[in-house]
Amino acid sequence: MTPRTLFEKIWQAHEVVPETDDTPAVLYVDLHLVHEVTTPQAFAALQARGLPVRRPGRTLGTLDHSTPTDAAQLLGRIPIRDESAAAQVAALERNAHAHNIELLGLGDARRGIVHVIGPELGRTQPGMTIVCGDSHTSTHGAFGTLAFGIGTTEVGHVLATQCLLQRKPRSLAVFVEGRLPAGVGAKDLVLAIVGRLGVDGGTGHVIEYRGEAIRALSMEERMTVCNMSIEAGARAGMIAPDGVTFEYLRGRPGAPSGEDWERAVERWQTLPGDAGATFDGVVTLDAAAVEPMISYGTNPGMVAAIGGSIPESGDDAFMKALRYMGFEPGERLAGKRVDLVFIGSCTNSRLSDLQAAAAVMKNRKLARGVRMLVVPGSQQVKRAAEAEGLDRVFLEAGAEWRESGCSMCIGMNGDVAAAGQYVVSTSNRNFEGRQGAGARTLLAGPATAAAAAVTGRVTDPRELAA
Amino acid sequence: METGRAAAIRSIQSRTVVLAADDVDTDQIIPARFLTTTRRDGFGDALFADWRFDGEGRPRPGFALNEQASRGAAVLVAGRNFGCGSSREHAAWALRDYGFGAVVAGSFADIFRNNALKNGLLPVAVPAPALAWLTAHPGALVTIDLEATTLEAPGLPAVPFPVEPFARYRLLNGIDELGYLLSQSADIDAFERTRGE
Repeated sequence: MTPRTLFEKIWQAHEVVPETDDTPAVLYVDLHLVHEVTTPQAFAALQARGLPVRRPGRTLGTLDHSTPTDAAQLLGRIPIRDESAAAQVAALERNAHAHNIELLGLGDARRGIVHVIGPELGRTQPGMTIVCGDSHTSTHGAFGTLAFGIGTTEVGHVLATQCLLQRKPRSLAVFVEGRLPAGVGAKDLVLAIVGRLGVDGGTGHVIEYRGEAIRALSMEERMTVCNMSIEAGARAGMIAPDGVTFEYLRGRPGAPSGEDWERAVERWQTLPGDAGATFDGVVTLDAAAVEPMISYGTNPGMVAAIGGSIPESGDDAFMKALRYMGFEPGERLAGKRVDLVFIGSCTNSRLSDLQAAAAVMKNRKLARGVRMLVVPGSQQVKRAAEAEGLDRVFLEAGAEWRESGCSMCIGMNGDVAAAGQYVVSTSNRNFEGRQGAGARTLLAGPATAAAAAVTGRVTDPRELAA
Repeated sequence: METGRAAAIRSIQSRTVVLAADDVDTDQIIPARFLTTTRRDGFGDALFADWRFDGEGRPRPGFALNEQASRGAAVLVAGRNFGCGSSREHAAWALRDYGFGAVVAGSFADIFRNNALKNGLLPVAVPAPALAWLTAHPGALVTIDLEATTLEAPGLPAVPFPVEPFARYRLLNGIDELGYLLSQSADIDAFERTRGE
């Protein structure tokens, strides 16, 4: 038998009808995650045709994107301020109820960002196909799943048929050899990877991250890496499941238990790519050379080491990006002014991210004039952080400690930066206006964001290490 | 999709409007703050909102879509990697709602390309020399022929462009994609049975 990659094994196991020259494959979807912003029009399409949801049990809903993160609005003490956002929340509540879909509603202790709750609840499992009307669905690939974002029309297709029409993407191996230096995290690594591939280097491909540095990552770190695959244009990113994956899943509510667990692990152990399996493309990085990274431009490929400088020159797009950011070519990044710090998003809002930020901020205060939002990825993350006293570290420093949600990653839920403000953000996109019209985003990891919060400047977090 | 039918598309002839930028992301095409709606129409007014309008809502002079000559153009010409970023189908809806029937670019992001094809918006990827010509000739009268999969303009030799064969067939014949998927139900049933569902 021809050696197969992880991706090929999962793809073939989900082909209801293989592709031909004339027709795409009919691909079965194991888990469909839904949220309030990209689904109302899909449910309306089903309703207009009188179609039921084919497999409600394979669909899981949450409220995160336009849902506010301040407790009063979220928990109903005051109405959600934005009427249209309130209507989206109400629409998903209504649609989930009508179609018998499980929804983690506003007051649910398990609610959170869609790409945080799937893994946390053990619903994300190796070998699955997972889709969601959200491009960061690639996050779930950390578990050895084929997970990718889809549009609202396709959300309707999955609701109605549990399937998608798909052409098989190409494969790209990203090997990260060696070990990351101390003080360099998964976010730094993936920013370096996106910087290397460019924002369209992965287009048409599914990335498999491989190598010693990837194997050494925790599940939360692997999620951070896979999350940003789309920022290199890739359809999906994935990492072969191993003991780290299985230990993360063991005992989670959605994971198999008892004999089913043993059988599942046996099955999952067959997923990693066969020896000799080949990829359409291969890129290799040296982990030891990765430094704490930060973005300086208006796409996630425009990144540099914090200790480094903005490139001396570039094309028109480069100059346009720098004008938007208020930066000059060749400027040093360390020492740049920071107005606002955001710790959160499906990229970096898990417990280990909050721990990394708190370690930098402990016994320190926000720099004068800096505002900081810390937004846990889920209500479970929030409680776990509070149990460790992390909320006290942030609150005593002067930061805001919020309920879970997408918050300032996407600027459609009331959490926004003002025009011209510099935001060091642990999120995934630094596009113009992403965090509010005219706002300027610098993407970085949680330790770097925390260092910026206490110094008011772009700072290498290793300088603040105790 | 609501009706179960789709309008057939064979060709588009229009003057172009040129947005000479690579990596145009879907946050620029339609900023997130316009996404808090349960409808799929009415997005045209917000297309490229922050590039088209200033903070007071006044049209920004110099932005291509605001120029008099751009009125009524149904073909948008842009750079490489058009539609990168967020999966929001609202980007395709906004371009359609504004009046565009095709986007010509050096390349397209995967999810945007899918979304465009599902909404009768043709993503036309052309090689660099043709894109350079189109960028240098804003307002050119182009004919995009989906049957022949070529783009033509007076002064530009016919440029072939790739289209996924099933999407082309579907668009040419007005085939509804969900209807096609539903017609595979027997195979989906059989697949689920083999997995013990």
